[in-house]
Amino acid sequence: MSDPILDIIDLSVHFSVSKGLILARRMGAVKAVDGVRLQVQRGEVLGLVGESGCGKTTLARAVMQLVAPTEGRILFEGVDLGTLSMTALRRIRPRLQMIFQDPYASLNPRMTVLDCIAEPLRVHGFASRTNAAERVTALMEQVGLAPRFVRKYPHEFSGGQRQRIAIARALALGPRLIVADEPVSALDVSVQAQILNLLGGLCKDRALTMILVSHDLAVVRHLSHRIAVMYLGKIVEIGDAESVFNNPLHPYTQALLSAIPWPDPDHERARARTLLHDDPPSPLNPPSGCPFHPRCPIAGPECSRTIPPWVERGPHKAACLKVKRLR
Amino acid sequence: MTLLTVENLRTFFHTRNGVVRAVDGVSFAVDTGETLGIVGESGSGKSVTCYSLLGLIPSPPGRIESGAALFEGVDLLRCTEAALRSIRGKRISMIFQDPMTALNPYMTVGQQVMEPAMVHERCTSEDARARAVDVLSSAGIQDAAVRLNDYPHQFSGGMRQRVMIAMALITRPALLIADEPTTALDVTVQSQILDLIRSVQQEMRMAMILVTHNLGVIARTCDRVLVMYAGRILESASVRDLFYETRHPYTRALMSAMPSVHAKGETLYAIPGMPPDLSREIVGCPFAARCAHAVERCRREEVSLQEVSPGHATACLRVQAGEL
Repeated sequence: MSDPILDIIDLSVHFSVSKGLILARRMGAVKAVDGVRLQVQRGEVLGLVGESGCGKTTLARAVMQLVAPTEGRILFEGVDLGTLSMTALRRIRPRLQMIFQDPYASLNPRMTVLDCIAEPLRVHGFASRTNAAERVTALMEQVGLAPRFVRKYPHEFSGGQRQRIAIARALALGPRLIVADEPVSALDVSVQAQILNLLGGLCKDRALTMILVSHDLAVVRHLSHRIAVMYLGKIVEIGDAESVFNNPLHPYTQALLSAIPWPDPDHERARARTLLHDDPPSPLNPPSGCPFHPRCPIAGPECSRTIPPWVERGPHKAACLKVKRLR
Repeated sequence: MTLLTVENLRTFFHTRNGVVRAVDGVSFAVDTGETLGIVGESGSGKSVTCYSLLGLIPSPPGRIESGAALFEGVDLLRCTEAALRSIRGKRISMIFQDPMTALNPYMTVGQQVMEPAMVHERCTSEDARARAVDVLSSAGIQDAAVRLNDYPHQFSGGMRQRVMIAMALITRPALLIADEPTTALDVTVQSQILDLIRSVQQEMRMAMILVTHNLGVIARTCDRVLVMYAGRILESASVRDLFYETRHPYTRALMSAMPSVHAKGETLYAIPGMPPDLSREIVGCPFAARCAHAVERCRREEVSLQEVSPGHATACLRVQAGEL
């Protein structure tokens, strides 16, 4: 049954690039997100993967209303976020929270843990100065931080503990949707596991919906129900996580999966790889037709002319002209 | 044939908050043509080990307290600055993690790639230029002769790392030290760079020390592996033994903390606690406080790296006693 909490309709975010200071000339636009259509169901974890510059963070920030879309609409629980006034948007914000990548940069160094976590509670009138401490203590316990640290400052914590503070802050207002932008990529493996377990547990216990943005497919697979793969501002493949992982349709997804080094020496040295050449093209001047065709190992002449339609295959679909013939 | 032998290397940093024992008694050897991986989490001392070998530790606060590093008959830790300079960039080259900060933004790529050849081999600039074109093309830069005149900012991250590799290889060194060479890159580019490093290494019969925190990269490229933790080596084994006959509890914990090897959604093994504070003296095994198998004597007795099967050494008292 379909119950979308978030409905992204033909979203584009373009950044214009200009050259020169006084007589600035417009050089064109970076199409960071280009015509993305995406639904997130209530209670699911959607993984958003892709390489740097593919637009995954911009898409996440657009959902959070941190960048203004150039085109398209974002419906959150049926409300078009783009049409809301600042006050109306502010009333919705408690239900929509974000966890940022770098826990060293996302916490104010001059605020104690108590202030950090209590700030959203106070701003939105969820707690007064007196009962905030109680709520903060409860939140700290939920994310595995000892409440006795409540008066400490961020620099007194390790990276993993800081990310726990950021998670507690995001949870403070009881959100329905959390956007987590690379929540574990700044952390070491052993700490990363702690945070992944925490996020997984929270989603299950609180029936949270989460958009998990990451460049690490293993991390995304671990938590997500569905995976969306982005390339040059477009979603090229989306569907059931296990199906995308075990049976990727799009040649870009196949290349991405074969590039991940697995911690298994025999398998690692024996397996065949889909090697990609060159780097991704500039989003300032994206290729015509399928954005992946210049690097694609199976591209034909039609791929540079036609924008590929979606091809459904079981529990997932891909935007590729060649998928049918891969059978 | 052994190319480099490191004995009991100890590098401490003397800071206002005490002495940080970043590397505390590390011994290993590298053979000609082999790839030695050093894996560990941040702060485990893997980079400091490499920097110590090349005299790149800022002093003060850093100081090499003890140890020897024999390379082609020279002790790298005791030789004069001039002798070290004639080895560094010539017989031993290094690739750094971040290709943006490691290249000089004011010099063209050509000047930077030619420099080691001109300094160490006193090539003429025409010779050096020809060699730079050669080595840049074999590092996968197209139109190398033209791109020599470009500046680093005109290259993408992956291309810059190729320039770094070309710069390191132009003098055909016997040993390449690569400190997290692909950590700043995307996976598809990482895959290209790892293939490139491996193929030039085999062609030049060059030895390599590859420092990384990624066990997948280790599995893909290395022959032998050292696992470092709190400035010490906890396990040393061939790559197959390390993955298929894992002995040390820390190595095992690291492997089961990685999400990729698990069935989806399963709770990952999270190592409790945090790495120890290296400015305090550690009694017993440095991993004991976080180890699921630690017993009383792990926290009391000193532990050293001992061979438990041929070519496989571990610094765990319980494994050495045959209890694990």
